[in-house]
Amino acid sequence: MSARATAATALRVLTQLRRDPRTIVLIVGVPCLLETLLKEIFAGRPGVFQHVGGPLLGLFPFVSMFVVTSVTMLRERVSGTLERLMSMPIGKLDLLTGYAAAFALLAVVQATLVSLLAFGVLDLHVAGPRWGVVALAVGNATLGMGLGLFVSAFARTEFQAVQFMPAVVLPQFLLSGLFVARADMARWLQLVSDGLPLTYAYEALAEVVRGGPYSGRFSIDVAVTIASTLIALGLAAATLRRRTD
Amino acid sequence: MTAVAVRGLRVLRSGTLVLDGLSLEVESGLVTGLLGPSGSGKTTLMRSLVGVQRVAGGTITVLGEAAGTPGLRRRVGYVTQTPSVYADLTVRENLRYFARLLGAPRARVDEALAAVGLGRLAARVVGRLSGGEQARASLATALLGAPELLVLDEPTVGLDPVLRRDLWDTFHRLAAAGTTLLVSSHVMDEAERCHRLLLMREGRLLAAGTPAELREQTGADALDAVFLRLIEARG
Repeated sequence: MSARATAATALRVLTQLRRDPRTIVLIVGVPCLLETLLKEIFAGRPGVFQHVGGPLLGLFPFVSMFVVTSVTMLRERVSGTLERLMSMPIGKLDLLTGYAAAFALLAVVQATLVSLLAFGVLDLHVAGPRWGVVALAVGNATLGMGLGLFVSAFARTEFQAVQFMPAVVLPQFLLSGLFVARADMARWLQLVSDGLPLTYAYEALAEVVRGGPYSGRFSIDVAVTIASTLIALGLAAATLRRRTD
Repeated sequence: MTAVAVRGLRVLRSGTLVLDGLSLEVESGLVTGLLGPSGSGKTTLMRSLVGVQRVAGGTITVLGEAAGTPGLRRRVGYVTQTPSVYADLTVRENLRYFARLLGAPRARVDEALAAVGLGRLAARVVGRLSGGEQARASLATALLGAPELLVLDEPTVGLDPVLRRDLWDTFHRLAAAGTTLLVSSHVMDEAERCHRLLLMREGRLLAAGTPAELREQTGADALDAVFLRLIEARG
Protein backbone atom coordinates (compact mmCIF):
# COMPACT_ATOMS: atom_id res chain seq x y z
CA MET A 1 0.00 0.00 0.00
CA SER A 2 1.24 3.44 -0.86
CA ALA A 3 -0.43 6.50 0.62
CA ARG A 4 1.05 8.63 -2.15
CA ALA A 5 -0.50 6.57 -4.94
CA THR A 6 -3.85 6.46 -3.12
CA ALA A 7 -3.91 10.22 -2.55
CA ALA A 8 -2.80 10.91 -6.12
CA THR A 9 -5.58 8.69 -7.48
CA ALA A 10 -8.24 10.27 -5.24
CA LEU A 11 -7.13 13.72 -6.37
CA ARG A 12 -7.19 12.63 -10.00
CA VAL A 13 -10.72 11.19 -9.76
CA LEU A 14 -11.94 14.36 -8.01
CA THR A 15 -10.38 16.51 -10.74
CA GLN A 16 -12.16 14.42 -13.35
CA LEU A 17 -15.45 14.91 -11.49
CA ARG A 18 -14.84 18.65 -11.25
CA ARG A 19 -14.53 18.73 -15.04
CA ASP A 20 -18.02 17.29 -15.25
CA PRO A 21 -20.22 19.69 -13.24
CA ARG A 22 -23.38 18.36 -14.87
CA THR A 23 -22.83 14.96 -13.29
CA ILE A 24 -22.27 16.55 -9.88
CA VAL A 25 -25.47 18.59 -10.25
CA LEU A 26 -27.35 15.40 -11.15
CA ILE A 27 -25.83 13.45 -8.25
CA VAL A 28 -26.97 16.09 -5.76
CA GLY A 29 -30.04 17.39 -7.56
CA VAL A 30 -31.83 14.14 -8.40
CA PRO A 31 -32.11 12.87 -4.80
CA CYS A 32 -33.30 16.34 -3.74
CA LEU A 33 -35.96 16.24 -6.43
CA LEU A 34 -37.01 12.71 -5.49
CA GLU A 35 -37.24 13.48 -1.76
CA THR A 36 -39.40 16.49 -2.59
CA LEU A 37 -41.62 14.43 -4.90
CA LEU A 38 -41.92 11.74 -2.24
CA LYS A 39 -43.13 14.31 0.25
CA GLU A 40 -45.59 15.81 -2.23
CA ILE A 41 -47.14 12.58 -3.57
CA PHE A 42 -47.81 11.46 -0.01
CA ALA A 43 -49.03 14.90 1.07
CA GLY A 44 -52.28 13.29 2.20
CA ARG A 45 -50.50 10.58 4.19
CA PRO A 46 -47.48 12.31 5.80
CA GLY A 47 -46.69 9.15 7.76
CA VAL A 48 -45.41 7.47 4.59
CA PHE A 49 -42.85 10.21 3.90
CA GLN A 50 -41.72 10.13 7.52
CA HIS A 51 -41.31 6.35 7.28
CA VAL A 52 -39.56 6.10 3.88
CA GLY A 53 -37.86 9.50 3.54
CA GLY A 54 -35.06 8.79 6.03
CA PRO A 55 -34.00 5.38 4.74
CA LEU A 56 -34.20 6.64 1.16
CA LEU A 57 -31.90 9.53 2.06
CA GLY A 58 -29.38 6.99 3.28
CA LEU A 59 -29.71 4.77 0.21
CA PHE A 60 -29.44 7.35 -2.60
CA PRO A 61 -25.64 7.51 -2.40
CA PHE A 62 -25.57 3.73 -2.90
CA VAL A 63 -27.32 4.08 -6.26
CA SER A 64 -25.43 7.17 -7.44
CA MET A 65 -22.00 5.82 -6.62
CA PHE A 66 -22.81 2.44 -8.12
CA VAL A 67 -23.53 4.05 -11.49
CA VAL A 68 -20.78 6.67 -11.40
CA THR A 69 -17.99 4.27 -10.41
CA SER A 70 -19.01 1.49 -12.78
CA VAL A 71 -18.92 3.91 -15.71
CA THR A 72 -15.69 5.59 -14.54
CA MET A 73 -13.91 2.26 -14.15
CA LEU A 74 -15.26 1.02 -17.47
CA ARG A 75 -13.84 4.14 -19.14
CA GLU A 76 -10.55 3.40 -17.47
CA ARG A 77 -10.56 -0.09 -18.97
CA VAL A 78 -11.68 1.00 -22.45
CA SER A 79 -9.38 4.02 -22.77
CA GLY A 80 -6.27 1.98 -22.02
CA THR A 81 -5.42 4.01 -18.91
CA LEU A 82 -6.01 0.93 -16.74
CA GLU A 83 -3.50 -1.01 -18.83
CA ARG A 84 -1.03 1.83 -18.44
CA LEU A 85 -1.58 1.88 -14.66
CA MET A 86 -1.13 -1.89 -14.50
CA SER A 87 2.27 -1.49 -16.15
CA MET A 88 3.21 1.17 -13.58
CA PRO A 89 4.24 1.04 -9.91
CA ILE A 90 0.75 1.30 -8.41
CA GLY A 91 -0.94 -1.41 -6.35
CA LYS A 92 -4.47 -2.51 -7.18
CA LEU A 93 -5.55 -1.61 -3.66
CA ASP A 94 -3.97 1.84 -3.98
CA LEU A 95 -6.09 2.40 -7.06
CA LEU A 96 -9.28 1.12 -5.43
CA THR A 97 -8.82 3.00 -2.17
CA GLY A 98 -8.09 6.13 -4.18
CA TYR A 99 -11.41 5.65 -5.93
CA ALA A 100 -13.12 4.92 -2.61
CA ALA A 101 -11.75 8.08 -0.98
CA ALA A 102 -12.84 10.30 -3.86
CA PHE A 103 -16.35 8.89 -4.13
CA ALA A 104 -16.83 8.79 -0.35
CA LEU A 105 -16.05 12.51 -0.32
CA LEU A 106 -18.61 13.06 -3.06
CA ALA A 107 -21.09 11.00 -1.01
CA VAL A 108 -20.47 13.22 2.03
CA VAL A 109 -21.36 16.26 -0.07
CA GLN A 110 -24.40 14.54 -1.57
CA ALA A 111 -25.76 13.16 1.72
CA THR A 112 -25.14 16.45 3.55
CA LEU A 113 -26.92 18.59 0.97
CA VAL A 114 -29.85 16.19 0.58
CA SER A 115 -30.29 15.93 4.35
CA LEU A 116 -30.16 19.73 4.70
CA LEU A 117 -33.12 19.85 2.34
CA ALA A 118 -34.95 16.91 3.88
CA PHE A 119 -34.52 17.95 7.51
CA GLY A 120 -34.51 21.70 6.99
CA VAL A 121 -37.14 22.27 4.33
CA LEU A 122 -39.18 19.11 3.93
CA ASP A 123 -39.64 18.64 7.66
CA LEU A 124 -38.41 15.09 7.74
CA HIS A 125 -38.11 13.75 11.27
CA VAL A 126 -35.93 10.94 12.45
CA ALA A 127 -35.92 9.77 16.05
CA GLY A 128 -32.21 8.92 16.04
CA PRO A 129 -29.32 11.31 15.30
CA ARG A 130 -29.33 12.94 11.87
CA TRP A 131 -25.59 12.56 11.54
CA GLY A 132 -26.22 8.82 11.90
CA VAL A 133 -28.25 8.89 8.69
CA VAL A 134 -25.50 10.83 6.91
CA ALA A 135 -22.79 8.48 8.23
CA LEU A 136 -24.70 5.40 7.08
CA ALA A 137 -25.34 7.11 3.73
CA VAL A 138 -21.59 7.53 3.21
CA GLY A 139 -21.02 3.90 4.19
CA ASN A 140 -23.68 2.81 1.69
CA ALA A 141 -22.02 4.96 -0.97
CA THR A 142 -18.82 2.97 -0.45
CA LEU A 143 -20.80 -0.28 -0.74
CA GLY A 144 -22.38 0.93 -4.00
CA MET A 145 -18.95 1.95 -5.22
CA GLY A 146 -17.45 -1.46 -4.44
CA LEU A 147 -20.27 -3.25 -6.27
CA GLY A 148 -20.02 -0.80 -9.17
CA LEU A 149 -16.29 -1.39 -9.52
CA PHE A 150 -16.89 -5.12 -9.46
CA VAL A 151 -19.68 -5.27 -12.06
CA SER A 152 -17.85 -2.87 -14.38
CA ALA A 153 -15.59 -5.82 -15.18
CA PHE A 154 -18.56 -7.55 -16.82
CA ALA A 155 -19.59 -4.62 -19.00
CA ARG A 156 -18.06 -3.98 -22.39
CA THR A 157 -19.84 -0.69 -23.08
CA GLU A 158 -21.15 2.20 -21.00
CA PHE A 159 -24.63 1.20 -22.10
CA GLN A 160 -24.21 -2.22 -20.49
CA ALA A 161 -22.67 -0.68 -17.38
CA VAL A 162 -25.71 1.53 -16.89
CA GLN A 163 -28.04 -1.44 -17.37
CA PHE A 164 -26.37 -3.17 -14.44
CA MET A 165 -27.94 -0.55 -12.20
CA PRO A 166 -31.55 -1.84 -12.49
CA ALA A 167 -30.23 -5.42 -12.58
CA VAL A 168 -28.15 -5.23 -9.41
CA VAL A 169 -29.72 -2.37 -7.48
CA LEU A 170 -33.49 -2.54 -8.00
CA PRO A 171 -34.03 -6.15 -6.81
CA GLN A 172 -32.09 -5.27 -3.66
CA PHE A 173 -34.29 -2.22 -3.14
CA LEU A 174 -37.49 -4.25 -3.60
CA LEU A 175 -36.36 -6.97 -1.21
CA SER A 176 -34.72 -4.75 1.41
CA GLY A 177 -37.93 -4.15 3.36
CA LEU A 178 -38.25 -0.52 2.25
CA PHE A 179 -41.46 -1.09 0.29
CA VAL A 180 -42.87 -4.21 1.96
CA ALA A 181 -41.88 -5.38 5.42
CA ARG A 182 -39.71 -8.46 5.15
CA ALA A 183 -41.99 -10.30 7.57
CA ASP A 184 -44.81 -9.99 5.02
CA MET A 185 -42.78 -11.54 2.20
CA ALA A 186 -42.93 -15.16 1.11
CA ARG A 187 -40.37 -17.33 2.87
CA TRP A 188 -38.18 -17.76 -0.21
CA LEU A 189 -38.10 -14.00 -0.80
CA GLN A 190 -37.02 -13.52 2.82
CA LEU A 191 -34.20 -15.99 2.25
CA VAL A 192 -33.05 -14.14 -0.88
CA SER A 193 -33.35 -10.87 1.02
CA ASP A 194 -31.13 -12.34 3.78
CA GLY A 195 -28.35 -12.75 1.23
CA LEU A 196 -28.44 -9.19 -0.13
CA PRO A 197 -26.22 -6.48 1.39
CA LEU A 198 -28.76 -3.68 0.92
CA THR A 199 -31.15 -5.46 3.31
CA TYR A 200 -28.71 -4.83 6.15
CA ALA A 201 -27.96 -1.29 4.99
CA TYR A 202 -31.70 -0.56 5.02
CA GLU A 203 -32.25 -2.20 8.43
CA ALA A 204 -29.51 -0.10 10.00
CA LEU A 205 -31.03 3.07 8.56
CA ALA A 206 -34.51 2.06 9.68
CA GLU A 207 -33.23 1.64 13.24
CA VAL A 208 -31.72 5.13 13.26
CA VAL A 209 -34.99 6.51 11.88
CA ARG A 210 -36.96 4.72 14.64
CA GLY A 211 -34.46 5.84 17.27
CA GLY A 212 -33.09 3.79 20.18
CA PRO A 213 -32.81 1.57 22.02
CA TYR A 214 -30.30 0.05 19.62
CA SER A 215 -30.49 -3.72 19.67
CA GLY A 216 -27.62 -6.08 18.94
CA ARG A 217 -29.26 -6.34 15.54
CA PHE A 218 -28.05 -2.79 14.72
CA SER A 219 -24.39 -3.68 15.22
CA ILE A 220 -24.87 -6.80 13.10
CA ASP A 221 -26.49 -4.74 10.32
CA VAL A 222 -23.65 -2.24 10.32
CA ALA A 223 -21.04 -5.01 10.50
CA VAL A 224 -22.60 -6.90 7.58
CA THR A 225 -22.75 -3.69 5.50
CA ILE A 226 -19.07 -2.99 6.17
CA ALA A 227 -18.11 -6.61 5.50
CA SER A 228 -20.07 -6.56 2.23
CA THR A 229 -18.22 -3.40 1.21
CA LEU A 230 -14.86 -5.04 1.89
CA ILE A 231 -15.89 -8.18 -0.01
CA ALA A 232 -17.09 -6.09 -2.96
CA LEU A 233 -13.78 -4.19 -3.01
CA GLY A 234 -11.90 -7.49 -2.78
CA LEU A 235 -13.88 -8.88 -5.70
CA ALA A 236 -13.25 -5.66 -7.61
CA ALA A 237 -9.51 -6.00 -6.93
CA ALA A 238 -9.68 -9.56 -8.27
CA THR A 239 -11.13 -8.28 -11.55
CA LEU A 240 -8.20 -5.90 -12.00
CA ARG A 241 -5.70 -8.05 -13.79
CA ARG A 242 -2.18 -7.01 -14.59
CA ARG A 243 -2.08 -9.49 -17.45
CA THR A 244 -4.95 -9.76 -19.89
CA ASP A 245 -5.57 -11.44 -23.23
CA MET B 1 24.64 -5.72 -23.60
CA THR B 2 21.18 -7.17 -23.99
CA ALA B 3 18.25 -5.24 -22.54
CA VAL B 4 15.57 -7.68 -23.60
CA ALA B 5 15.88 -11.38 -24.38
CA VAL B 6 12.83 -13.29 -25.62
CA ARG B 7 13.00 -17.08 -25.94
CA GLY B 8 10.31 -19.24 -27.49
CA LEU B 9 7.50 -16.80 -26.70
CA ARG B 10 4.04 -18.18 -27.40
CA VAL B 11 0.93 -16.04 -27.01
CA LEU B 12 -2.66 -17.03 -27.63
CA ARG B 13 -5.25 -14.32 -28.09
CA SER B 14 -8.86 -15.49 -28.14
CA GLY B 15 -7.84 -18.96 -29.27
CA THR B 16 -5.44 -18.04 -32.09
CA LEU B 17 -1.69 -18.29 -31.84
CA VAL B 18 -0.47 -14.70 -32.27
CA LEU B 19 3.17 -15.35 -31.38
CA ASP B 20 4.50 -18.80 -32.13
CA GLY B 21 7.85 -19.51 -30.53
CA LEU B 22 9.26 -16.02 -31.03
CA SER B 23 12.88 -15.43 -30.02
CA LEU B 24 14.70 -12.13 -30.26
CA GLU B 25 16.98 -9.71 -28.48
CA VAL B 26 16.99 -5.97 -27.98
CA GLU B 27 20.36 -4.34 -27.33
CA SER B 28 20.89 -1.75 -24.62
CA GLY B 29 21.26 1.92 -25.42
CA LEU B 30 20.06 1.65 -29.00
CA VAL B 31 16.93 2.58 -30.87
CA THR B 32 15.52 -0.70 -32.11
CA GLY B 33 12.74 -0.56 -34.67
CA LEU B 34 10.07 -3.23 -34.56
CA LEU B 35 8.64 -3.41 -38.05
CA GLY B 36 5.96 -5.44 -39.65
CA PRO B 37 2.49 -5.16 -41.12
CA SER B 38 -0.43 -4.68 -38.75
CA GLY B 39 -1.48 -8.03 -37.34
CA SER B 40 2.09 -9.31 -37.29
CA GLY B 41 2.16 -9.42 -33.48
CA LYS B 42 4.13 -6.23 -32.71
CA THR B 43 1.67 -4.97 -30.10
CA THR B 44 1.34 -8.41 -28.51
CA LEU B 45 5.12 -8.64 -28.22
CA MET B 46 5.31 -5.19 -26.63
CA ARG B 47 2.49 -5.99 -24.20
CA SER B 48 4.36 -9.17 -23.25
CA LEU B 49 7.58 -7.23 -22.57
CA VAL B 50 5.87 -4.81 -20.19
CA GLY B 51 4.03 -7.63 -18.43
CA VAL B 52 0.41 -6.86 -19.29
CA GLN B 53 -0.06 -9.74 -21.75
CA ARG B 54 -1.00 -13.23 -20.64
CA VAL B 55 1.55 -15.53 -22.24
CA ALA B 56 1.21 -19.23 -23.01
CA GLY B 57 4.90 -20.16 -23.01
CA GLY B 58 8.51 -19.06 -23.34
CA THR B 59 10.67 -16.72 -21.29
CA ILE B 60 11.18 -12.97 -21.44
CA THR B 61 14.05 -11.32 -19.59
CA VAL B 62 13.88 -7.54 -19.34
CA LEU B 63 16.80 -5.65 -17.79
CA GLY B 64 17.88 -8.85 -16.06
CA GLU B 65 14.48 -9.67 -14.54
CA ALA B 66 11.52 -11.72 -15.70
CA ALA B 67 9.07 -9.51 -17.61
CA GLY B 68 6.24 -8.23 -15.43
CA THR B 69 8.10 -8.35 -12.09
CA PRO B 70 7.03 -5.46 -9.84
CA GLY B 71 10.54 -3.96 -9.79
CA LEU B 72 10.40 -3.46 -13.55
CA ARG B 73 7.29 -1.28 -13.45
CA ARG B 74 9.49 1.64 -12.46
CA ARG B 75 12.26 0.87 -14.95
CA VAL B 76 10.16 0.34 -18.06
CA GLY B 77 8.00 2.96 -19.79
CA TYR B 78 5.23 1.87 -22.11
CA VAL B 79 3.14 3.84 -24.56
CA THR B 80 0.16 2.10 -26.11
CA GLN B 81 -0.84 2.63 -29.71
CA THR B 82 -4.06 4.46 -28.84
CA PRO B 83 -3.33 7.35 -26.47
CA SER B 84 -3.90 6.13 -22.91
CA VAL B 85 -4.41 9.36 -21.02
CA TYR B 86 -7.48 10.77 -19.29
CA ALA B 87 -9.49 12.66 -21.90
CA ASP B 88 -11.25 14.76 -19.25
CA LEU B 89 -8.05 16.05 -17.63
CA THR B 90 -5.65 18.65 -18.97
CA VAL B 91 -2.29 17.53 -20.33
CA ARG B 92 -0.55 18.84 -17.21
CA GLU B 93 -3.04 17.17 -14.84
CA ASN B 94 -2.45 13.88 -16.60
CA LEU B 95 1.31 14.24 -16.33
CA ARG B 96 1.15 15.31 -12.68
CA TYR B 97 -0.91 12.25 -11.81
CA PHE B 98 1.46 9.80 -13.47
CA ALA B 99 4.48 11.68 -12.05
CA ARG B 100 3.04 11.29 -8.54
CA LEU B 101 2.57 7.56 -9.07
CA LEU B 102 6.17 7.26 -10.22
CA GLY B 103 7.46 9.51 -7.45
CA ALA B 104 9.07 11.66 -10.14
CA PRO B 105 9.98 15.25 -9.22
CA ARG B 106 7.58 17.94 -10.45
CA ALA B 107 10.18 19.44 -12.76
CA ARG B 108 10.03 16.25 -14.83
CA VAL B 109 6.54 17.25 -15.96
CA ASP B 110 7.85 20.34 -17.75
CA GLU B 111 10.79 18.42 -19.16
CA ALA B 112 8.49 15.74 -20.57
CA LEU B 113 6.17 18.40 -22.01
CA ALA B 114 9.12 20.09 -23.69
CA ALA B 115 10.41 16.79 -25.07
CA VAL B 116 7.17 16.20 -26.96
CA GLY B 117 6.60 19.87 -27.81
CA LEU B 118 3.37 20.21 -25.84
CA GLY B 119 4.38 23.01 -23.46
CA ARG B 120 2.01 25.45 -25.13
CA LEU B 121 -0.98 23.10 -24.79
CA ALA B 122 -0.33 21.98 -21.20
CA ALA B 123 -3.47 23.64 -19.82
CA ARG B 124 -5.77 22.17 -22.49
CA VAL B 125 -8.13 19.29 -21.78
CA VAL B 126 -6.80 16.21 -23.60
CA GLY B 127 -10.17 15.33 -25.14
CA ARG B 128 -10.14 18.62 -27.07
CA LEU B 129 -6.73 18.02 -28.63
CA SER B 130 -6.06 16.53 -32.04
CA GLY B 131 -5.15 12.85 -32.36
CA GLY B 132 -1.46 13.65 -32.81
CA GLU B 133 -1.42 15.94 -29.78
CA GLN B 134 -3.12 13.25 -27.68
CA ALA B 135 -0.50 10.75 -28.83
CA ARG B 136 2.23 13.13 -27.71
CA ALA B 137 0.57 13.62 -24.33
CA SER B 138 0.52 9.85 -23.96
CA LEU B 139 4.19 9.66 -24.95
CA ALA B 140 5.11 12.39 -22.47
CA THR B 141 3.75 10.34 -19.56
CA ALA B 142 6.17 7.53 -20.43
CA LEU B 143 9.14 9.92 -20.23
CA LEU B 144 8.33 11.06 -16.68
CA GLY B 145 10.03 8.32 -14.74
CA ALA B 146 13.26 8.43 -16.81
CA PRO B 147 12.86 4.70 -17.58
CA GLU B 148 15.80 2.50 -18.65
CA LEU B 149 13.67 0.86 -21.33
CA LEU B 150 11.02 2.66 -23.37
CA VAL B 151 8.54 0.54 -25.26
CA LEU B 152 6.68 2.70 -27.79
CA ASP B 153 3.88 1.30 -29.90
CA GLU B 154 3.57 3.32 -33.13
CA PRO B 155 4.32 6.64 -31.41
CA THR B 156 4.44 8.74 -34.57
CA VAL B 157 1.20 7.71 -36.30
CA GLY B 158 -0.69 10.73 -37.60
CA LEU B 159 2.02 13.25 -36.78
CA ASP B 160 3.21 15.86 -39.23
CA PRO B 161 6.68 15.32 -40.73
CA VAL B 162 8.37 18.07 -38.73
CA LEU B 163 7.07 16.68 -35.45
CA ARG B 164 7.99 13.16 -36.46
CA ARG B 165 11.55 14.26 -37.14
CA ASP B 166 11.66 16.07 -33.79
CA LEU B 167 10.41 13.00 -31.94
CA TRP B 168 12.96 10.78 -33.61
CA ASP B 169 15.62 13.30 -32.56
CA THR B 170 14.27 12.95 -29.02
CA PHE B 171 14.49 9.16 -29.26
CA HIS B 172 18.13 9.42 -30.33
CA ARG B 173 18.90 11.88 -27.59
CA LEU B 174 17.40 9.47 -25.03
CA ALA B 175 19.39 6.58 -26.51
CA ALA B 176 22.59 8.62 -26.38
CA ALA B 177 21.89 9.15 -22.68
CA GLY B 178 21.68 5.40 -22.19
CA THR B 179 17.97 4.63 -22.58
CA THR B 180 17.03 1.56 -24.58
CA LEU B 181 14.16 2.18 -27.00
CA LEU B 182 11.96 -0.31 -28.78
CA VAL B 183 9.78 1.54 -31.26
CA SER B 184 7.23 -0.15 -33.48
CA SER B 185 6.26 1.29 -36.82
CA HIS B 186 4.93 0.22 -40.14
CA VAL B 187 6.47 3.16 -41.95
CA MET B 188 9.63 2.07 -43.69
CA ASP B 189 11.26 5.51 -43.80
CA GLU B 190 11.30 5.47 -39.99
CA ALA B 191 13.26 2.23 -40.14
CA GLU B 192 16.17 4.23 -41.54
CA ARG B 193 16.39 6.12 -38.28
CA CYS B 194 16.79 2.96 -36.17
CA HIS B 195 20.12 1.52 -35.08
CA ARG B 196 18.76 -2.00 -35.36
CA LEU B 197 15.66 -3.51 -36.88
CA LEU B 198 13.49 -6.46 -36.01
CA LEU B 199 11.23 -7.44 -38.89
CA MET B 200 8.15 -9.38 -37.91
CA ARG B 201 5.52 -11.13 -39.97
CA GLU B 202 2.70 -13.41 -38.88
CA GLY B 203 3.97 -13.79 -35.33
CA ARG B 204 7.50 -14.73 -36.31
CA LEU B 205 10.80 -12.89 -36.56
CA LEU B 206 11.70 -12.55 -40.22
CA ALA B 207 15.07 -10.90 -39.76
CA ALA B 208 17.14 -8.86 -37.32
CA GLY B 209 20.09 -6.56 -37.87
CA THR B 210 21.19 -3.04 -38.67
CA PRO B 211 19.65 -1.47 -41.78
CA ALA B 212 23.06 -1.85 -43.50
CA GLU B 213 23.31 -5.54 -42.60
CA LEU B 214 19.83 -6.24 -43.89
CA ARG B 215 20.60 -4.43 -47.17
CA GLU B 216 23.73 -6.44 -47.60
CA GLN B 217 21.98 -9.69 -46.79
CA THR B 218 19.26 -9.14 -49.38
CA GLY B 219 21.05 -7.04 -51.96
CA ALA B 220 18.14 -4.60 -51.99
CA ASP B 221 18.55 -0.90 -51.40
CA ALA B 222 15.23 0.46 -50.17
CA LEU B 223 14.07 -1.09 -46.91
CA ASP B 224 10.67 -1.81 -48.46
CA ALA B 225 12.42 -3.99 -51.01
CA VAL B 226 14.54 -5.56 -48.26
CA PHE B 227 11.37 -6.57 -46.46
CA LEU B 228 9.85 -8.01 -49.65
CA ARG B 229 12.94 -10.06 -50.45
CA LEU B 230 13.05 -11.44 -46.93
CA ILE B 231 9.43 -12.52 -47.22
CA GLU B 232 10.02 -14.09 -50.63
CA ALA B 233 13.16 -15.86 -49.42
CA ARG B 234 11.10 -17.48 -46.69
CA GLY B 235 8.63 -18.66 -49.33
